[in-house]
Amino acid sequence: MPAVLLAVLISLPFWTPSRYWVSVAIQALILAVFAMSLDLLLGFGGMPSFGHAAFYGMGAYACGKLFPQLTGAGLLAFLVAGMAAGVIAALPIGALAVRARGIYFLMLTLAFAQMVWGLAFQWTSFTGGTEGMSGIPQAVPDWLQEQGQNLWPALRTAGPFYVVALTVAVLAFAGLTAITRSPFGRALEGIRENEGRMRALGYPTYRYRLAAFVIAAAFAGLAGATTALYNGYANPSQLYWHTSGLVLIAVIVGGTRSLLGAVLGAFFVTIVQLVISSYTEHWQLLLGAVFIAVVLFLPGGFISLGRLGWLKR
Amino acid sequence: MDVLNLAHGSFYMLGAYAAFAVVSKTGNFWLALLLGPLSVGLIGGLMELLLFRRLYQRGHLAQVLLSFGFTLVFVDLVRSGFGPRTYGIAPPPGLGGAFHVAGASFTKYDVFILGVSVLVALVLLVAWRLLKVGAVLRAGVSDKEMVGLLGIDLGLVFTLTFAFGAALAGLGGVVAAPFVAIYPAMDDNVLILALVVVVLGGLGSIEGALAGSLLIGLAFSFGTFYLQEFSIAIVFALMAAVLVLRPRGLFGIRQ
Repeated sequence: MPAVLLAVLISLPFWTPSRYWVSVAIQALILAVFAMSLDLLLGFGGMPSFGHAAFYGMGAYACGKLFPQLTGAGLLAFLVAGMAAGVIAALPIGALAVRARGIYFLMLTLAFAQMVWGLAFQWTSFTGGTEGMSGIPQAVPDWLQEQGQNLWPALRTAGPFYVVALTVAVLAFAGLTAITRSPFGRALEGIRENEGRMRALGYPTYRYRLAAFVIAAAFAGLAGATTALYNGYANPSQLYWHTSGLVLIAVIVGGTRSLLGAVLGAFFVTIVQLVISSYTEHWQLLLGAVFIAVVLFLPGGFISLGRLGWLKR
Repeated sequence: MDVLNLAHGSFYMLGAYAAFAVVSKTGNFWLALLLGPLSVGLIGGLMELLLFRRLYQRGHLAQVLLSFGFTLVFVDLVRSGFGPRTYGIAPPPGLGGAFHVAGASFTKYDVFILGVSVLVALVLLVAWRLLKVGAVLRAGVSDKEMVGLLGIDLGLVFTLTFAFGAALAGLGGVVAAPFVAIYPAMDDNVLILALVVVVLGGLGSIEGALAGSLLIGLAFSFGTFYLQEFSIAIVFALMAAVLVLRPRGLFGIRQ
C-alpha cells in the first residue's frame, strides 16, 4: 500500500491535468506530515493533544521571523529552523503537559496552544498581529527550479515545490516509521498500554513521554515551515485551535496507531476542504458528518477497513 | 455529569439564532426567551439519547471528538439556514436605553443580563446542593451502578441533565443575542472561554464555574485595559497554571 501510494505521488506531476491538483497534493502532503506527527503523540504515545497547532504555527512563524537571515542559506535552513522552533516550544510546554493524563493533558495542550495563539494574535510588534508575516520565499534550490520548469512547464513553480513537499513527507514518513519501530517506539506503546508496569520495568516513563512530545513537535514544526514556504506567509490561524482540531480529525478519520492512516486522513481532509468546497460550500457539514460516523462506528479509522479486508482472521 | 461537550458553544449559537428567528418573525423577545432554550434543550436531549449515550464507556476523548464533529455540522447548518451574514437584534422594548447612577451610566439591558445570570446561578446552586436531582447526579457520576441499583433511572437523569445544560447554553445565546453579533462562527470564542472558566473553577463544581467566570471576566477586562498585547495570553496562562498546579481547579472536589 505505501508503495502504490508513493508511485502515484511520484508520477503525479507527469499525468495531472493542472496546477490546481498539484497544489492540492502539496497541501495534502504538508497536512500528512503534520498528521503523522500528531499520530506519534496520540496513536503511539496515547497522548491526545488538542494544541498541536502551536508547534505547526511556531514552525511557520520561525520562517516568517528569520527569512531575511535564512534566505541565503537555502531550503534546508528553513526546514531546520521550523523543527528547532517546534522543539524549543515543546520543551517547556511538554515538561508541564506530559505530567497530566487524558482529559487534563488535552486541556493543558489546548491552553498552551491558545496562549501561543493569543501572543501571535495580539503582540503585533513582534508577530505581525492578525496579518502575520508575509513575503517568505519558497527557497526552492535553483537546480530543482530549473529541472522542474523543464520537466513540467505547465505547472510553473508548483512543480518544483511539489518535489520539495513530497521529499519532506517521504523523509518524515521514513523517520517516524523508524522511530515507532525502534525500541523507543515500542517502549512508548508499552507506556500507553500500561505505564505502571513500564515504570516497574525501569523505564523512565516521564522522559519517554516528554521525548515523544518533543519529537512530535519537531515534525509539526517541519510541516509548519513547509506550509510557510509554500504559501509565503505565517499567520495566527495556523496556531488556532481549529487547526489543532483539523489535524486531529485527519488522524482519527484515517486511523490512529498507523502512520499510513494519518496520511490517508490528511488526504481525505484536504480533498474535502479544497476540492469539495469548490462544489458546495458545506464541506464542514460533510467533514463533520464523516468524522462523527467514524468516531461512532469505525474507531480504527479508514485504515482499519483495509486491515479487515486483507488480513481476514 | 462528567461529559466533555465541545458542541456546547454551538448550543449557545443556536440559542442566539433562535432568538433572531423568533424576534424577526414575531417581534416578541420574551417568546424567544421561552422557545430558544426549549428548542436547544430538545436538540441536546436528542443528541444525548441517540449518540452520546453510546460513548460513555469509551471515555472523554471520544466525547470530545464526537462533539467536535458536531461543532462543524452545526456551523454549516446555521450557515445554510441563515446564510453567512451577520445579524443583530434590538433589545426588547422597555429594556432599551440607559440610566444613570452616581455619574456612571448603565444600559438597562446590562442590568437585565445581570439579573438573569444571578437567577440562573441561584437555581443551579439550589438544584445542585439542595435538591434530590443534584444529589442523584453527583452520585451517578461517581458510581453509576450503585445509583442504578437504588432504582433510579440514571439514563433518564443524564438525558434530562444534558438537555438542561443545552437549554442553559441556549438561554445564554438568547440573552446575549441583543448585544453581540450573530454569525456562524460565534460559538468559537464562547466555547473556549467556557472551557477555561470550567477548568479554572474545577470540573464538576457549580460554585467553581461561577468563581471562574468572575475571575476570567476580571482578568480579561483588566488585561485588555492594561496589557493589551497580552490579555488573551494571560487568560490562557491562568488556565494552564491552574491545570499544572491544581488540576482539580480552584473549587473542584474530585480529581
